[in-house]
Amino acid sequence: MNHHRRLQLTKDGRLRHFIAIEGLPRAILMSILDTAEGFTSVANQSVKKVPLLRGKTIVNLFFESSTRTRTTFEVAAKRLSADVINFNISTSSASKGESLLDTLRNLEAMQTDMFVVRHDASGAAHFIAQQVAPHVSVINAGDGCHAHPTQAMLDMFTIRRHFGEFAPLNVAIVGDLLHSRVARSQIHALTTLQVNEVRVIGPKTLIPKGIDQMGVHVYHDMRAGLRDVDVVIMLRLQRERMHGAFIPSEHEYFQSYGLTPERLAYAKPHAIVMHPGPINRGVEIDSAVADGAQSVILEQVTNGIAVRMAVMALTMGSYAAQGEA
Amino acid sequence: MRIRIHGGRLIDPAHQVDTTTDIYIADGHVVALGHAPSGFHTDQEIDATGRIVCPGLIDMHARLREPGAEHKGTILSETRAAAAAGVTTLCCPPDTQPIIDTPAVAELIRERAAVAGYVKVLTLGALSKGLEGVQISEMKALRDAGCVGVSNAWRPIANTLVMRRAMEYAATFDLPIFLHAEDPYLYAEGCAHEGAISTRLGLVGIPEIAETIAVARDLALVQETGARAHFCQLSTARGMELVLAAQAQGLPVTADVSAHQLHLTEMDIGDYNSLCHVRPPLRTQRDRDALRRSLTRGVAICSAHQPHEPDAKAGPYAETEPGIAGLESLLPLTLRLVDEGVLSLRDAIASLTAHPARILGITGGTLAVGTAADICVFDPKREWRLADHMLSQGRNTPFLHWDMHGKVTHTLLQGRVVYRES
Amino acid sequence: MAQQLRARLAARALQDPFMIGIQTGGVWVAQQLYRELQLPAQLGTLNINFYRDDFTRIGVHPMVTPTQLQERVNDRDIILVDDVLYTGRTVRAALNEIFDYGRPASVTLAVLVDRGCRELPIQADVVGVSVALAAGEQIKLNGPQPLTLEITKT
Repeated sequence: MNHHRRLQLTKDGRLRHFIAIEGLPRAILMSILDTAEGFTSVANQSVKKVPLLRGKTIVNLFFESSTRTRTTFEVAAKRLSADVINFNISTSSASKGESLLDTLRNLEAMQTDMFVVRHDASGAAHFIAQQVAPHVSVINAGDGCHAHPTQAMLDMFTIRRHFGEFAPLNVAIVGDLLHSRVARSQIHALTTLQVNEVRVIGPKTLIPKGIDQMGVHVYHDMRAGLRDVDVVIMLRLQRERMHGAFIPSEHEYFQSYGLTPERLAYAKPHAIVMHPGPINRGVEIDSAVADGAQSVILEQVTNGIAVRMAVMALTMGSYAAQGEA
Repeated sequence: MRIRIHGGRLIDPAHQVDTTTDIYIADGHVVALGHAPSGFHTDQEIDATGRIVCPGLIDMHARLREPGAEHKGTILSETRAAAAAGVTTLCCPPDTQPIIDTPAVAELIRERAAVAGYVKVLTLGALSKGLEGVQISEMKALRDAGCVGVSNAWRPIANTLVMRRAMEYAATFDLPIFLHAEDPYLYAEGCAHEGAISTRLGLVGIPEIAETIAVARDLALVQETGARAHFCQLSTARGMELVLAAQAQGLPVTADVSAHQLHLTEMDIGDYNSLCHVRPPLRTQRDRDALRRSLTRGVAICSAHQPHEPDAKAGPYAETEPGIAGLESLLPLTLRLVDEGVLSLRDAIASLTAHPARILGITGGTLAVGTAADICVFDPKREWRLADHMLSQGRNTPFLHWDMHGKVTHTLLQGRVVYRES
Repeated sequence: MAQQLRARLAARALQDPFMIGIQTGGVWVAQQLYRELQLPAQLGTLNINFYRDDFTRIGVHPMVTPTQLQERVNDRDIILVDDVLYTGRTVRAALNEIFDYGRPASVTLAVLVDRGCRELPIQADVVGVSVALAAGEQIKLNGPQPLTLEITKT
């Protein structure tokens, strides 16, 4: 949407905040992937650091605990030589006392240059980006069921490394689309990068209304949905979803939508299997697939660092460039 | 005090009046139209040339926030805003703190409103004790204390048996029930219309059927119990269709729509504009168009006024509080429907005067000789913006910078000028 | 230039040097030198984009080709190759990056063109050609095949 675009890009079209994939032009997504490619070599250095963000302060502002995601952002920031401060605020304590806005003002007063935000409410990163001072960048590390754009970009990076191009690919996203911020960002990224087809597969209880308007085809059957697919993206099934009566049991879910070697055989022979992690073995994916030759799940984790470095460097650099102009 | 309002175009839909004439007011009442009664000496002249003179507006649904949430608004601040909006009577729902489930709270609100002196404030009593949806309230006592109806506001009565008994009991005392039709399970703490937009934004959706199922259930209960029921702020085409069909079959049911639902749709949420976070949620354009069409069938328009402090709207969309401070946009948004060819001017004014008066079962909403001189005078041509004039303590409105047509210049309450544009 | 470099390697008795070109022009020059010297070690390429000192002024430019140093850097004799030596800032950035890969025994700097106007205390050990340029003139290497030098006025 235009709103997203206005907020995320500077006047001269550089990436200022990274809140959502939606609304970003293809060229920006490609520049993230290209820049990330450049950062992959840093891991080979004996000093695994580049001095790009030396003297900058990055605050990891996590209102929803996630050690994994926070750690990858922290590693990315440190490899860019930035100073990193971690703030874990459980929403319960936040609601007791100061408002989100107050928390933000306080941290901003400590000369913060970037916020990496995770929050359980959709739109939280967007809200924060609207509030921060002009020199501060905001990166969305996951907001509610809305977006998780860096995860989507590392998935695109992984796909590009395997196939080289996006145009001929058929991609299937399987599982709990209803609650998945990752899936929404992936869909926007895949359609912006113009893959051949994006499919979503799941029971009707987990496929949100009107998702077809995001440019995807909806399937409720794995066999039909996986046919001729190049990339299979499995989504994590949150255990707590069972209490909401979205599925009757993990067992029955696995029977219908679990990715087994037999089901994977419906896809193209060279198809890769992805998962944003952490995986539930035996719930959404069989161990034989998760650990199998077609799985690129660990590559995704590795690529996550370079992609996050790229997003941090690009957003921080945009203000600098703006000042020059 | 004797007042003459001269030169204005008098529109009184209740009596099919639309003519340029003078109005004479004495002792709080309209005493004559056209010619001064004998011996009438004017104390005050109001020149209404080029303006429209109509009955004071009756707002079916406005929260004043007092008692309990004075940081959002007070009876004084909000009734003053109401007077500036041309409103002379408003009805406030029972979800104050304390809740209006005893005569004392109802009396307190009316007394404070009387002291403020800007508008006549009516109250709805709680349908269930503490609005908890379990035990029916002392409806007769509430009626005797002046409550014009009973309502559970936005708190659900999930138990159909409780609703049945509440309707039966209310019907016993001929007390109308004001319903917010929303199935609590389908509502599921949602915050936007369920559809492509809520999906894109990752917001929990409130499906259309949350409203239609509740409407259908309550209509069946009305048929069974004979209670008089009023459906507040309907948001869906199908919900409205059900109510109007039941009405056509002779059931004692009525409905209103909030002014913002007649102009905004889910699209206006854009990227998490919390000012468009309302309950029921903004629906589709199809719904909006159907609600607009219903206005020729006796449906009232209300403000659904809900003032908030700035903090209530400063946050991620789902965490903000729903509601629009709508009092001061009530008239201009209704007049906008006339500009857009949806309604005749007379029907527009009826939806703010005669229809709500009939639904609430009160005298008023007319300027016939002998009625209380509750009068609104407005300049239909004047262009203005809420941002420059708002008096409500809450400035939470997505209409703040809209170009509005039609500005109230005078409001009279029982023959007394309570607002004059400065 | 290759001869100068060969003489220098001989004089200092450097065994198995590791040649590294700075992207993009430095890599082209290094490829030619590498062929002529027939060095045993693989040719390395350096992308100094992330070590530049002007990030806070111009931000980053997306660049697909990352640094590729297949050889060990620690205790090695490095031959660093660039096309044009000007302010010295690029070489400083390159040295910083190399040191993040390890501690070399020595670094020899070879450039195709030295156009003067240094802003940092950095000198080349081997220079193809020295030119004095007027203010506002730029020199640029076009390549990779064939390599040509171009002087433009801005």
